[in-house]
Amino acid sequence: MPDSQLTAAHNPALLHHFAEPRQQRDAASLGMWVFLGTEIMFFGGLFCTYLVYRRAYFGDWGAASKTLDVTLGATNTAVLICSSLTVVLAVWAAQTCRRKLLIGNLLATLVLGTAFLGIKGIEYKEKFEKHHVPGASFQFNNVTIPGHPDQYANPSHAEIFFALYFVMTGLHALHMIVGIGIFIWLTVMAWKGRFTPEYNTPVEMGGLYWHFVDIIWIYLFPLLYLIDRHP
Amino acid sequence: MVTASMPTVERENYLNKHYGVGSWLFTTDHKRIALLYLLSITFFFFIGGFFALLIRLELLTPAGDLVQADTYNKLFTMHGMVMVFFFLVPSIPAVLGNFLVPLMIGAKDLAFPKINLLSWYLYIIGGVMMLHCMLTGGVDTGWTFYVPFSTAFSNTKVVEAGLAIFVVGFSSILTGLNFVVTIHRMRAPGMTWSRLPLFIWAHYATSIIQLLGTPVIAITLVLVAAERALHLGIFDPKLGGDPLLFQHLFWFYSHPAVYIMILPSMGIVSEIIACFSRKRIFGYSFVAFSSIAIAVFGFLVWAHHMFVAGISVYAALVFSLLSYLVAVPSAVKVFNWTATMYKGSIHYDAPMLYAFGFLGLFTVGGLTGLFLAALGIDVHVTDTYFIVAHFHYIMVGGAVMGYLGGMHFWWPKISGRLYPEGWAKLAALIVFIGFNLTFFPQFILGYIGMPRRYYQYPPEFQVLNVLSTAGATILGVGYLLPMAYFLWSMRYGKPAPDNPWNAAGLEWKTASPPPTFNFDEEPVVTWEAYNYDELNRLPVKQETPVAR
Repeated sequence: MPDSQLTAAHNPALLHHFAEPRQQRDAASLGMWVFLGTEIMFFGGLFCTYLVYRRAYFGDWGAASKTLDVTLGATNTAVLICSSLTVVLAVWAAQTCRRKLLIGNLLATLVLGTAFLGIKGIEYKEKFEKHHVPGASFQFNNVTIPGHPDQYANPSHAEIFFALYFVMTGLHALHMIVGIGIFIWLTVMAWKGRFTPEYNTPVEMGGLYWHFVDIIWIYLFPLLYLIDRHP
Repeated sequence: MVTASMPTVERENYLNKHYGVGSWLFTTDHKRIALLYLLSITFFFFIGGFFALLIRLELLTPAGDLVQADTYNKLFTMHGMVMVFFFLVPSIPAVLGNFLVPLMIGAKDLAFPKINLLSWYLYIIGGVMMLHCMLTGGVDTGWTFYVPFSTAFSNTKVVEAGLAIFVVGFSSILTGLNFVVTIHRMRAPGMTWSRLPLFIWAHYATSIIQLLGTPVIAITLVLVAAERALHLGIFDPKLGGDPLLFQHLFWFYSHPAVYIMILPSMGIVSEIIACFSRKRIFGYSFVAFSSIAIAVFGFLVWAHHMFVAGISVYAALVFSLLSYLVAVPSAVKVFNWTATMYKGSIHYDAPMLYAFGFLGLFTVGGLTGLFLAALGIDVHVTDTYFIVAHFHYIMVGGAVMGYLGGMHFWWPKISGRLYPEGWAKLAALIVFIGFNLTFFPQFILGYIGMPRRYYQYPPEFQVLNVLSTAGATILGVGYLLPMAYFLWSMRYGKPAPDNPWNAAGLEWKTASPPPTFNFDEEPVVTWEAYNYDELNRLPVKQETPVAR
């Protein structure tokens, strides 16, 4: 690509169409924030769907929500919050040229992210075993509505809850997998010593993405697990 | 005529810098990507046009004699899907916007050239998926994918079509993202927001809609596909799902999508009218902010597509009122364009003819939109040809007229060649006549009761349908003509000077066609947009075209 050989000689990370590194960094940062805005709208459609049915099938959804394993969910929340800390530390390490700390924190993030997916996998397995996966084999008979011991939850309405549970957590898990891919790449780059105090935009952008995926979970956890946990 | 004996000193430009397939398929130059888009969307335009042709041929006679009912359902479905998602939405932003946004603001490229190329590849992947869907049986849900028909009853390739549109949606999102960041971060020194061409303002507003609307249709189509494949129940009334929820989610994108199509066209018309009236645009900031206002209001009116679907009376009242509100910024634009022309020295070149066409047709489309915002009339004409005529006046009469006007206006810059002016004027006239003959009878047809999406009709509707089909044939000729003479001009057209229209705007200050990095030296902007008063005072510079 002859075009790319014309990049400014003094800074190999500066792409040809930017005037200075700061402009390039600002562009990347704004681009990432805009992208996260589109992600909010992407999940927003699901949150909207959630609200509609939560309102319509209040009791049935309470019953369905109660079958989720709140301990595993809470553990996963803690795991993700810890991973946000390691991400922040990684960004700080990149900015202050602490290469070992950077690699360590990136690896820690990867471990935590993988742990999250593992726990999520255990939960999914449990859903399969209990026939709580929407579809032909779905079963939700004789489950009472919380607060109404004499009423059974409507299985069809509970099925919609589990459908949304799988779509929302599934899409979230997909974002986690993409995030893990990004962090593997960041780790390789960090290993090669590509990041300097002047050039660490990828770490920062990867961090923004990771935080965003965390925040989605911070909303998913109470909406899916905790809606009927009041005493 | 280009004389062969003249020693040709070619100026290096984006077209002749590199040759070969690889230099196009792996280019990150926004101008080359614009041309890749131009080829691809033209391809899909003619596919969509082919479906339209078959629809109009079927409707030539009252009996359903050319195709069967199922085929007809697939024809109008795929006509809509191809035209909306593969032509109209990407048309102006991905071609002219891609080419012009960096040039107009004095940047070397878009902020993310590789993402720009990625968006073209996503478009191609989505396009191939759509072609595969069409060739293996097609889809018959209507472009609206209404549930529960699409999820539970249709026996066609709904999932494939939905996924194709999902993929192509991300191409649209990435284009919008690139534009927003580029307009914020890549402007040349002195190019303040109040000096931006209105084309840029229009694309900024368009990008906002693409960014905030497209993800919602993406997730909606995911839900439809999941529902269809796994029977989740989310949209299935048998299981307690709510089909209306689908319509809300669908129109949350698909109504603003109309503004994705029309806003860039309005940007083009602003440029053309200022140039060919030789006047600064009247009320610059009003025109600029009316684009933003349309983008914002556009998100608040979606349920006017659902007045008869069973939404509450109060919701319908609110959405009716909000729909009227969109007319305000649209009217601001039309009045300001008219005021720009007032006492201007108007030149009747082909781009201006298209702009005139846009003004008339958009106004008709917009005013009939007000009829439809009125609850009483909407109930009467919902799902009739009145609706079909209305949105074609906006999306074809408005958006495509603007697109063609823009293609003529900037063709000298894009190709470095002049198109034949006489043919172009003729084509503009043919398009205008053909368009009106096609779609005006449909207003009447709809008003007297012909429903849309039927392949048969009572004989008393035939005269108007024959008129419409005749008009569609003329319109087809009008669309083929520009393609023919644009292709012709690439080889035989006169070499274009840098600024053939003596127009304001940074894109005219660089060579035609521009060099790879757009400007030989970084421009510094010290003038206001549309400084035609100053340009008119200067003697018209007779630029000698550089031999190629």
